[in-house]
Amino acid sequence: MAYSDKIIDHYNNPRNVGSLDKAANNVGTGLVGAPECGDVMKLQIQVDDAGMITDAKFKTFGCGSAIASSSLATEWLKGKSLDEAIALKNTAIVEELNLPPIKIHCSVLAEDAIKAAIKDYMEKNNLAVPAELTAHH
Amino acid sequence: MTVKTPIYMDNHATTRTDPRVVEAMLPYFTETFGNAASRNHAFGWAAEEGVENARAIIAKSINADPKEVVFTSGSTEANNLAIKGIAEMYAEKGNHIITCVTEHKAVIDPCKKLERNGCNVTWLPVQKNGLIDLDQLKDSMTDKTILVSIMHANNEIGVIQPIDQIGKLCEERGITFHTDATQSVGKIPVDVQKQNVHLLSLSAHKLYGPKGVGILYVRRRKPRVRVTPILDGGGHERGMRSGTLNVTGIVGMGKALEICMEEMPTETVRLRGLRDYLRNKLTSNMTDVYENGDPVHKLPHSLNISFAFVEGESLLMGINDVAVSSGSACTSASLEPSYVLKSLGLGDELAHSSIRFGLGRFNTKEEVDYVADKLIGTVGRLREMSPLYEMHKEGIDLAKVEWAHH
Repeated sequence: MAYSDKIIDHYNNPRNVGSLDKAANNVGTGLVGAPECGDVMKLQIQVDDAGMITDAKFKTFGCGSAIASSSLATEWLKGKSLDEAIALKNTAIVEELNLPPIKIHCSVLAEDAIKAAIKDYMEKNNLAVPAELTAHH
Repeated sequence: MTVKTPIYMDNHATTRTDPRVVEAMLPYFTETFGNAASRNHAFGWAAEEGVENARAIIAKSINADPKEVVFTSGSTEANNLAIKGIAEMYAEKGNHIITCVTEHKAVIDPCKKLERNGCNVTWLPVQKNGLIDLDQLKDSMTDKTILVSIMHANNEIGVIQPIDQIGKLCEERGITFHTDATQSVGKIPVDVQKQNVHLLSLSAHKLYGPKGVGILYVRRRKPRVRVTPILDGGGHERGMRSGTLNVTGIVGMGKALEICMEEMPTETVRLRGLRDYLRNKLTSNMTDVYENGDPVHKLPHSLNISFAFVEGESLLMGINDVAVSSGSACTSASLEPSYVLKSLGLGDELAHSSIRFGLGRFNTKEEVDYVADKLIGTVGRLREMSPLYEMHKEGIDLAKVEWAHH
């Protein structure tokens, strides 16, 4: 399969690989996927008092498209408010990376990872979790 | 020493046609271009001579009689002819077939089709090392069993099934034994007499010959085996396979096998040395790498390894100037990981993390070093990026994690 230049760029130079302290109150962690399905994403956000995402990190087990989707997601998350982050859709990732139909599930997983991380942060901080974060793909 | 890229190390998929083979084929396109079935002129005679020379070489390579060689378009056709041909020819004797879950699709799918049409098929499982259990095979045989079809060497993991013993068991019970020897002939010794093989499939393009030509060996004596043809027409190949013979392909296949048989003693040693070197380099420079399939009963040029915590397709992306295959779902059209690796009881995640190396005649030690070094670097980089590796290092048992299934 031929990859788009953007996927290759993210694969070769992934942005924001790493981990934040998952025990910290201002960090939300999302872990989605399963090893037997061939994709696992861990996405973390760090949120300031104003509800802005100041940092985002990821680690991904998966194909190049999965790595690129999560790398791109962390790039986009930084500087966004939680509400803006919740509104991020997988279709935007598909468009940006030019994902072929067979790889769309990678973008869905990235969206799930974002939502799971935000949900984790909100639960930790006793915030009301909006309904769209509890719905699963 | 620098190597020329891309490097081809996927010789289970196909092989480069040896230039000596191409040279032998060339006159048969433009000069000796006759139809081997034209009995009334020199063009036909010359083509027939080319075909019969090749037939003799091919027969000799598996210790068969030339009359037992039926030319086909390749192993897929040979497997279909063997399985469907036996089922139809011996329908009155029985309707039970025994095969194995790790067979190539060209054996599995014909068996499935027969199953839909009323045959009983026993699908033997394999042990952790990829080999069938002979007692289980013996226990599966009934008075209605008309065919046992077990491959010689596996195309994904390279393990060599004990066909000597399988042949013996079949002989004792008077059951026809077919083996798909596509990966083994020309690489390791095969002897249809000694090994009691009745039907054997083989393809030229796996042994440095051209694509689109192969044979089905059909035993003529002790016992005489007959198959109902799939193709009806001019009655070529003693009525078992109609269709004008692929003279150029057949000549190429003969030359290819001649070279394989001549070079086998030295080439086996060389390739085993390279393979063991690759295995050793990978396993001694990385943790958590697992070899798939029995390490001893294995083709000398085969190696299949799972690199835990990294996914196969992303690994291939990191070594994109090297041609190898992965059992990862992402590299298959079906999005299912390799059924062969799954049948070893590996767990899907290790199937997703596997790479198949197929060394061949044109590979060098420098290439092996290049591939190994690049892989070690890529696995290291991807593990640093892998949440599974991080969890593993934290001491978390990944098998006990409740994953959010998609």
